[in-house]
Amino acid sequence: MEFLLEPFAYDFFMRGLLAAAMVGTLCGAVGVYVVLRGMSYVGHGLSHAAIGGAIIGITFNLDFYAGALIMGLLAALAINQITKNSHIKLDAAIGIVTTAIFALGVAIVSKLRNFKQNFEAALFGNILGITDQDLMMIAGVTVITLITMFFCYRTLLFSTFDHEAARIFGVKTNTVEFLFSLLLTLSVIVSLNVVGVTMVAATLIAPAITARMLTDSFSRMIMLAILFGSVTGIVGMYLSYIFNVASGTTIVLFSTLVFSLTLMAHLLRRQ
Amino acid sequence: MQHVWQVLMQAITPSDAQSHAAIKLTGVTAGYGKHIVFRDLSLEIASGQFIGIVGPTACGKTTLLKIILGVQPAITGTVRLHNHCVGSAKPGTVGYVPQLGSVDWTFPVTVEEVIMMGLYTNGRYWPWLSKTERISIHAMADRLGVYDCLHQHIVNISGGQRQRTFLARALINRPKLLILDEPTSGVDIKTQHEVLHLLGDINREGITILLTTHDLNAVASHLPWVICFNRGMIAQGRPSDIFTNEILTQTYGGDIVIVKHEGHLLIANSTPLNFMDDTK
Repeated sequence: MEFLLEPFAYDFFMRGLLAAAMVGTLCGAVGVYVVLRGMSYVGHGLSHAAIGGAIIGITFNLDFYAGALIMGLLAALAINQITKNSHIKLDAAIGIVTTAIFALGVAIVSKLRNFKQNFEAALFGNILGITDQDLMMIAGVTVITLITMFFCYRTLLFSTFDHEAARIFGVKTNTVEFLFSLLLTLSVIVSLNVVGVTMVAATLIAPAITARMLTDSFSRMIMLAILFGSVTGIVGMYLSYIFNVASGTTIVLFSTLVFSLTLMAHLLRRQ
Repeated sequence: MQHVWQVLMQAITPSDAQSHAAIKLTGVTAGYGKHIVFRDLSLEIASGQFIGIVGPTACGKTTLLKIILGVQPAITGTVRLHNHCVGSAKPGTVGYVPQLGSVDWTFPVTVEEVIMMGLYTNGRYWPWLSKTERISIHAMADRLGVYDCLHQHIVNISGGQRQRTFLARALINRPKLLILDEPTSGVDIKTQHEVLHLLGDINREGITILLTTHDLNAVASHLPWVICFNRGMIAQGRPSDIFTNEILTQTYGGDIVIVKHEGHLLIANSTPLNFMDDTK
């Protein structure tokens, strides 16, 4: 019993737990729109662009978050412009834009060997790597995103369900698209240190698709996704300490377990 | 509930309905890049009309709707809706019902949530419904016969109820003009009949209606005015006047048979496949 309660005595663990709960809440809420807009691959791509951007930024003496934000936003805007103005589809545009930025980051890492340790932590998430600055960034982005999603609930829902009709009914769909791209990019960037580049996509998608199986109502889906996201974040972070593995992997594995159990229950109920 | 509906419809009916055209296109050329779909189209639709646009696939019907709805800009020419440039009209002036085939039926929304979307541009930012909004939605759902399925997912209702749900979303914002993209496609003949009768009732309450369809028989038996379109206007008038062999052949580019039977027009292709002969 003492072993199970031991991690709660450590400051770094409590910081990690708080960060994981907030990232889970954030990704749960944003993930609903990502899944329903058919953008599941976007989270994966943006996380790669952001980490590439962070490395490029550091070489220019910028902060980790500044480089990640600039390149993440540039990637989101470039993807948007390419798909709007050509016959290139979303998945292909994500593939070329974000991988190119990631490749540039990897090239810099290969040249400057002192980057390697941080880079590996950013790939899979690191419970020890959560600083006070990270906590502040995660809290700020979570609050801003939830407030924006609350007050833009109606326009976000309409433009996600039926983009063209929303525009005809007077919704400023271009503004909504830009706002959503911004929120998604910010969410991916602040999640990097907790879940890692390779795990962000699953952190966004798993709570949303689990919630979708349990409800046919949009508002309930958002609430359930937030609940699943925060619970899997907390439990995943705890398991990361217990089994001494990267936090991103335990969070994703635990959300996948919850998803699998829900899927089985869903299939059994339908029979 | 009926009283609420009457109050709602009085508010919908514009007092200046007859004072100007609902839709006015002047010298409109439309297309995609270098591909021109139609040139120099001028068209005026008076307030209170109920009009169907018919024409073959890829004849420019959808492009015409997109131009009127302001989704696609005209290359040249002007488009005015109720005397306002398209796009500058107050949100909610135009109600729109998309093709049912274009709707994502797996999306997690209930009938009530779909109807709610029509109210999303009324300046209210709270996610939940106000008491007034809830009363409006319930009155509209009751009027259109979807009250009992308000809390059902959209995939669990019939084709007719789906069409009525999207019609309710279009009407809830009290539009002066209602535009429907192929409301008769993907539904059975009975539902088609119900939907067109319902649209007739809505039109009698003062709302201008413009729809596109491929179903000439449905147009002939339900709509008072029709436009034959094929990369430009071929003809417009009452179905009994313009559904002639000459005009329909010009519109569709193939021989068409028109039969008058007990006051109804029946339109069919002149060269059907005869399976009975093949089996002999």
